[in-house]
Amino acid sequence: MSVHVTPIRVYLLIFGALMVGTLLTVWAAFLQLGAFNDIVAMAIAVTKATLVVLYFMHVRHSTRLTKITVVAGFLWLAILVGLLLSDYFTRGFLAG
Amino acid sequence: MISDAKPDRQTWGLDHQFDSVDQQRESSFLGMWIFLVTEIMFFGGLFATYIVYRGQNTDGFVAGSHELDITLGAVNTAVLIGSSLTMALAVWAAQTDRRKATVWFILATILLGGVFLGVKVVEYGAKFEHHLVPGPEFHWPGPEKTESVQMFFNLYFLMTGLHALHMIIGIGILAVLAWLAWRGVFSASNHNLVEGVGLYWHFVDIVWIFLFPLLYLLGRSG
Repeated sequence: MSVHVTPIRVYLLIFGALMVGTLLTVWAAFLQLGAFNDIVAMAIAVTKATLVVLYFMHVRHSTRLTKITVVAGFLWLAILVGLLLSDYFTRGFLAG
Repeated sequence: MISDAKPDRQTWGLDHQFDSVDQQRESSFLGMWIFLVTEIMFFGGLFATYIVYRGQNTDGFVAGSHELDITLGAVNTAVLIGSSLTMALAVWAAQTDRRKATVWFILATILLGGVFLGVKVVEYGAKFEHHLVPGPEFHWPGPEKTESVQMFFNLYFLMTGLHALHMIIGIGILAVLAWLAWRGVFSASNHNLVEGVGLYWHFVDIVWIFLFPLLYLLGRSG
């Protein structure tokens, strides 16, 4: 396996997508969507972060060992946040 | 592909503990990612804390968010994304053996990082002026509970402060990297240090991609 050199065109495209995402998230923050405001903001942030990880950080063209390391990192973060929230936001269920 | 003879190893920039250039590169890449996974858990704990406290003090957190300057936050987001682009281009230049371009793109990254920190200083200054820095000087005139709003600013300063610290460290490392690149240390077969520092810089960008909506944008529509 030799080094995969990402062409400049791809970097500029990703940069453009990230800028559009930033404008989109500011615009969407002022829409009246109720609880969906938070979901839209986080969905845009996750999309932007994914683009950075895959293209700027070259994970798309890395080995499987690296890919599984990256996925494991975010998976453990999801476990941390998921279990924490399932505790805090269900405490009221018992008090009733 | 590569013989064990010393001159070849030197030409390829291959350290003695590795068998090939590819193995050396993959070790560097994987090692850096394992460090970044620890960073994900580090910032992740703070994000989790923020979500829990926001759930418990939603009024105070929404009121606190409204005190932040959305324009400065958005401009800084754009500046940081721009610095990620120049960093990615620095790695590209190193991969394709363009010594001077590597140096220039690293310097551009440092410059944009400096602009980000400068804007942050302006924002922090405004918080001091408006008595929004947690501590004895903290004052909240609104109807929301003072402790709730203060908790928002505790987390605001903790999270953006740690993020800024990562950027200051990053700028220091980039300065050394620019000097090494100028001396011609990197080549198409070994530019692993440029790539590794790039990963760190992009990670810091990702942290901000989440900080911006969490701190500045949530609760704006209400």
